[in-house]
Amino acid sequence: MSGRLDSTFSRLRQSKEKALIAYLMAGDPGLPETEQLVVALEQAGADIIELGVPFSDPIADGPVIQQAAERALKNGTSLRRILASVTSLRQRTEIPIILMLYYNSIHAMGCGEFCKAANAAGVDGLIVPDMPPDEAGPLKGPADAVGLPLIFLLAPTSTTDRRKLVAKESHGFVYYVSLTGITGAKLSNATDIQQNIEKLRKVSASPVAVGFGVATPEDAARVSKMADGVIVGSAIVKQIAAHQQDPGMVKHVAEFVQSLKAAMAVG
Amino acid sequence: MPTLPDNRGRFGPYGGRYVPETLMPALLELEEEYTKVKKDRRFQADLAYYLKQYVGRPTSLYRADRLTKRLGGAKIYLKREDLCHTGAHKINNAIGQALLAVRMKKPRVIAETGAGQHGVATATAAAMFGLECEIYMGTEDMERQALNVFRMRLLGAKVTGVDAGSRTLKDAISEAMRDWTTNVRTTHYILGSVLGAHPYPMMIRDFQAIIGREARKQILAAEGKLPNYLVACVGGGSNSIGLFHAFLKDPKVKMIGVEAGGTGITSGKHAARFSGGKPGVLQGTMTYLLQDENGQINLTHSVSAGLDYAAVGPEHSLYHDLGRINYTYATDSEAMAAFDLLALEEGIVPALESAHAIAHVVKLAPTLKKSQLIIANLSGRGDKDVQQVAKMRGVTL
Repeated sequence: MSGRLDSTFSRLRQSKEKALIAYLMAGDPGLPETEQLVVALEQAGADIIELGVPFSDPIADGPVIQQAAERALKNGTSLRRILASVTSLRQRTEIPIILMLYYNSIHAMGCGEFCKAANAAGVDGLIVPDMPPDEAGPLKGPADAVGLPLIFLLAPTSTTDRRKLVAKESHGFVYYVSLTGITGAKLSNATDIQQNIEKLRKVSASPVAVGFGVATPEDAARVSKMADGVIVGSAIVKQIAAHQQDPGMVKHVAEFVQSLKAAMAVG
Repeated sequence: MPTLPDNRGRFGPYGGRYVPETLMPALLELEEEYTKVKKDRRFQADLAYYLKQYVGRPTSLYRADRLTKRLGGAKIYLKREDLCHTGAHKINNAIGQALLAVRMKKPRVIAETGAGQHGVATATAAAMFGLECEIYMGTEDMERQALNVFRMRLLGAKVTGVDAGSRTLKDAISEAMRDWTTNVRTTHYILGSVLGAHPYPMMIRDFQAIIGREARKQILAAEGKLPNYLVACVGGGSNSIGLFHAFLKDPKVKMIGVEAGGTGITSGKHAARFSGGKPGVLQGTMTYLLQDENGQINLTHSVSAGLDYAAVGPEHSLYHDLGRINYTYATDSEAMAAFDLLALEEGIVPALESAHAIAHVVKLAPTLKKSQLIIANLSGRGDKDVQQVAKMRGVTL
């Protein structure tokens, strides 16, 4: 159900807050740690969790997330195990959890079976970075049938026609890609982001979250002034990678997330 | 047979455009521009000029008498793409796309390369048209094709090693796609095979279809009839679709695509997608892939870097399902034997990729009558492989 996602955005709107969407590569360094991180990051101020499903050939991702995926795959992380983790997390938290996964992972399981399993586990939305709305047909029916929102990406290169298409097809929120590039690149010109979001607002009533390149509390503060949500991925994954052998890893990452949320609350 | 692909870039269930949104406008622009140049006389005249005067087309259709006699069956012809400038068919497509880049006013081109032939072809076209050029290549391939790496650098291209995943063609494509996503406004991605998102599989097929158009005319002139068999190796599948395309509507012409059997299908170390794969999505397109039950892409193996790839062009997947083209494989050792055979019998050192096609001819020809005809596509020459073969045989050069 998209209930958790919608109610999170409306709760935040009422309190004039912006959503902090924290990305984790599921299974990096292991699924038990991912589960601990989800709970800890919620306490640290994350409003939504985006769980990356590791894929061998992640064309939209930069080296940080690609290497995290390699680590996760090496320890046997699979889509089915990730869904089992979400099921178990649902006993502990109601934080919206969306999956970011490449289309072949879904295709291998079958769109119908996957949507049912994801919904039953308590997943609240799907981001499929290599599936533009044009190719979403086979997934849309099964996703709609269980009320699982498909969240599409809009890019700085998107034309007016593309903007309308993405606005129409995206549910839950629209994921605005801040830069022409891959995850983990350097944040680009804020004026461009602002202008593109304004154009999007004219054709979409959905919340807009901005991701790719948001790495520091300063970035988060800047972007949160323009959008309804801020997505931080590579910067969090980098913290996890740096503290892998450290028993205080979860605490370190939680503190980083706390600093992001604190910066966003200002203003 | 209707004209393929359809307007969504589909060859039946295969193909499509599975890319990040950032690339969608570029793909739509490319499709629009390509549709225009297809009918543009000036563009077609320019392309024809470069193919004739720069590449050296038409390539010959050579009657391989000694090979024919040795195998003792069908009469064998070789389509000599190895005689193209830069040594392989890849230049046909590289010139076409470089011309398109010039027309789209993109000052920079990028490409991936496996065996290095497409990288060399792209670097060559970029030098000739004055475009900035960067080539992505897996570090394992850079090692086994060191000569081509140096050639690309001589031609002014920047060669960037890719150290991720299997460090071969697949990873080079992912890295090139990431570069394109980042620099899409100034850069055209010259993809090297009939892979990736629409319109690439269609456009590259069109640029390579000249191989079959020439071969059809040449065999009719030489023999007064069409061939019984066409044989070509299939990595991504551009030289094979290039040869086959002009014959698809001739139901009596049988076509065989030869994939890389590596050390054998049961060993798991191969790149025979139609023997061990199933449909899925990789790098922009729905097609047959070597993957595990979770949809993770398998590592592949082949002695030839150009066939060492987990996916095959989507148009091939359709013809496989329809039974129009038969796909088989040749193992590393069969290809090596064919490599030697062609060198000794015909004085032609083939690329290790093309040696896979010859390896199948070795099996096929003796089963046919002397009156029957085979055209095998000799997609490239083996100069680039000499170092690797020497190393495999323990010879220090």
